[in-house]
Amino acid sequence: MPPNPKPATPLDLPDELRQKIDAIVSRYPESPRAAVLMVLHSLQGRFGYISEDGIRWTAERLGLEPVKVLEVVSFYPGFHQHPVGRLHFRVCRTLSCAMAGSIELMEKLCELKGIDIKAMHGHRNPVLVSDDGEVSVEYAECLAACGFAPVCMVNHDTHEHLTADKAADLLGQYRAKSGETSAAH
Amino acid sequence: MPVEEALLPKDLAAAEGMVNVQINGVWHRFPKGTRLIEAIGKSGDEVPHYCYHPKLSSPGNCRMCMVEIGMPARLAPGAEPTYDDEGYLPIQWMPRPAISCATMVSENLGVRTKSTLVEEARHGVMEFLLANHPLDCPICDQAGECRLQEFAVGHGRGGSRFVEQKTKKPKNVDIGPRIRLDDERCIMCSRCIRFMDEVAMDPVLGFSERGGYTTLGVHPGRKLDHNYGLNTVDICPVGALTCNDFRFQMRVWFLKETPSIDTNCGTGINTVIWTRNDQVYRITPRENNDVNSCWMPDSHRLNFHYLHGQHRLTSSLVRDGDHHRSAPSHNAAGKVASALKSAPKGTAALVVSSRLTNEEMFLAKRLAEKCGISAIATVPREGEADDYLVAADRNPNTQGFLRIFGDQDRAATLQSLRDDVRSGKIRTLLTLQEDLLAPEAGFTQDDLEKLDFLASLHLLDNGTAAAADVVLAGSGFPENRGSMINVTGRLQRLNRAINPPGEALTNWEWLATLLRETGADVFDGEAAAFKALAASDELWQDLTLARIPDNGIQLYETGIKIPLVERERERIARGEING
Repeated sequence: MPPNPKPATPLDLPDELRQKIDAIVSRYPESPRAAVLMVLHSLQGRFGYISEDGIRWTAERLGLEPVKVLEVVSFYPGFHQHPVGRLHFRVCRTLSCAMAGSIELMEKLCELKGIDIKAMHGHRNPVLVSDDGEVSVEYAECLAACGFAPVCMVNHDTHEHLTADKAADLLGQYRAKSGETSAAH
Repeated sequence: MPVEEALLPKDLAAAEGMVNVQINGVWHRFPKGTRLIEAIGKSGDEVPHYCYHPKLSSPGNCRMCMVEIGMPARLAPGAEPTYDDEGYLPIQWMPRPAISCATMVSENLGVRTKSTLVEEARHGVMEFLLANHPLDCPICDQAGECRLQEFAVGHGRGGSRFVEQKTKKPKNVDIGPRIRLDDERCIMCSRCIRFMDEVAMDPVLGFSERGGYTTLGVHPGRKLDHNYGLNTVDICPVGALTCNDFRFQMRVWFLKETPSIDTNCGTGINTVIWTRNDQVYRITPRENNDVNSCWMPDSHRLNFHYLHGQHRLTSSLVRDGDHHRSAPSHNAAGKVASALKSAPKGTAALVVSSRLTNEEMFLAKRLAEKCGISAIATVPREGEADDYLVAADRNPNTQGFLRIFGDQDRAATLQSLRDDVRSGKIRTLLTLQEDLLAPEAGFTQDDLEKLDFLASLHLLDNGTAAAADVVLAGSGFPENRGSMINVTGRLQRLNRAINPPGEALTNWEWLATLLRETGADVFDGEAAAFKALAASDELWQDLTLARIPDNGIQLYETGIKIPLVERERERIARGEING
């Protein structure tokens, strides 16, 4: 696993998020454990990943042993235990996409961002982050758009018919967006 | 007049809260709420299983206990049921097998445990379990008591078809001070997780990375250090969890198993002592639903190394000037007996440990009577009950002492003995299995020096032995045979697993020798002493030592309850476990 560059401090939660989590937990007076997924989503929504501190904080908040939260976090590929890039690419590698060229797409993305794809390991190191922290890549299982293969998700957006030659365009598209946003600020 | 309908088996069973179940063609009757796996077990057949444990919840995740089941067909509207000659409905067999650990028995249920379907199911499950399991039984410490090994032989295919790479997982993981984990051997039955959640109530274990890499473990920074943690090693069906104290010490098939009881506290936890060549290798709990269920605290289980330690006395000692020299047993016993006999009336005393068996205490009482000793005290040992199994009374046989020597304020009796030693009234003292300098006994070196004659019967070379004129090398719990009464009033038997080392004798042999030296008749063994004891107490009149069942017998109720056992009864009543 890559070393954790900057440990998050989820104990410094903004009041708004704290209240949101309180409201979620209050819905399950019988078994606070039922709120674990939603609390984790809230934390990941704020920090982009769930740190060790986040796991401990969640466990304490719900009255659980930390290992019971780790069980959940480590099960779902949707939860990250380490920081991801500002743009997180999930490239589908299930049958249709794999046959339509998603592996080449992944290789191209990595090449463009100088990511060493050989470092990827399906279990031990599934997420690779570019040195500048802008982009992270990960293979995903079926994204439910097989008719439009290859498919890739960038953060919460789905992109279809993405062959390797469109990788640079896709990156540029998001760079332009972020340029607009920063210009707007 | 209407013809009275003959009662059907289902009605007869229902009247008693039972149901009829056909197992391999034979009809049996079981109480409602019994799990099918238990019912099949009672019918004399064994269902292989890993995740199921009668004291834990049934998640049904190992799939090994699959059997073929069938129920009567649902009747078409208006159709009448057709009973066979015996009064049962015809069974319609289901096309797929069902897990017997999470299926409850029901009326007219049919079960087949030996059909082709069941055999194929077991073959399949075994093949999946063995796909990622290391096939290195010769170097695995669990070999010989491994369920995976046993069922692979009994229900496996015989050969592996798996040519792919096995999954690599953490090995030799230090998950707690007393336990080591090999994740590659784990078959994910989750018994240990459920034990820690449900019985120990310290849920530190969990599965992370569920899927192809499912890994058992503790959270970083947490440890499996609960005082009942080693029970997870007992219930682990494979070699994933092993006990640091026992692993790689001895192959289990070389060990002799002796059922006995634990003597570390008043609960009298039922145990199995595993020995070879007069050496104890490990102690494990033995099921007794009235005393300890299937569990045992680590602190008690591991407390036997002193038996083979460097402080163990292997021969008797007699003071010679300012040092001790070893002496033949009859010589040492003769000195003690003559000192007790010749002591003027009222100047001799006995300290009788409440760790002795009833039979030993009975002999000690005889000895006191024979020598005219009336000052007899025991050492109370009070600790804190742990809300599981450990009793506040850390003596295993306080109840026996009170029954044999009479109800008394033990602390006050001990205090008056200490005062009498200090005032010089008591000049001769024999202590039976108690270190008088231990804090709970409360004697000081000065007190002991005041005595004219001090003898110590103990298995260890302790402070009292150093101050004694005669030291008799005695025995420890696996070397004794006899009975004890636990805090709840239950009579239980200790069995001899090993012999005392060197020239040490059992406590019984010492007391019998001392009695003989004083000229008294001696019983022919512990059983004869028990008989004489039973004759003097109406509670145990019909009992003999050999007739005490392995699970003990409740003589009376003291009102003390064992919290873990009470919790288990509540869980059984709620239907959470089979018990």
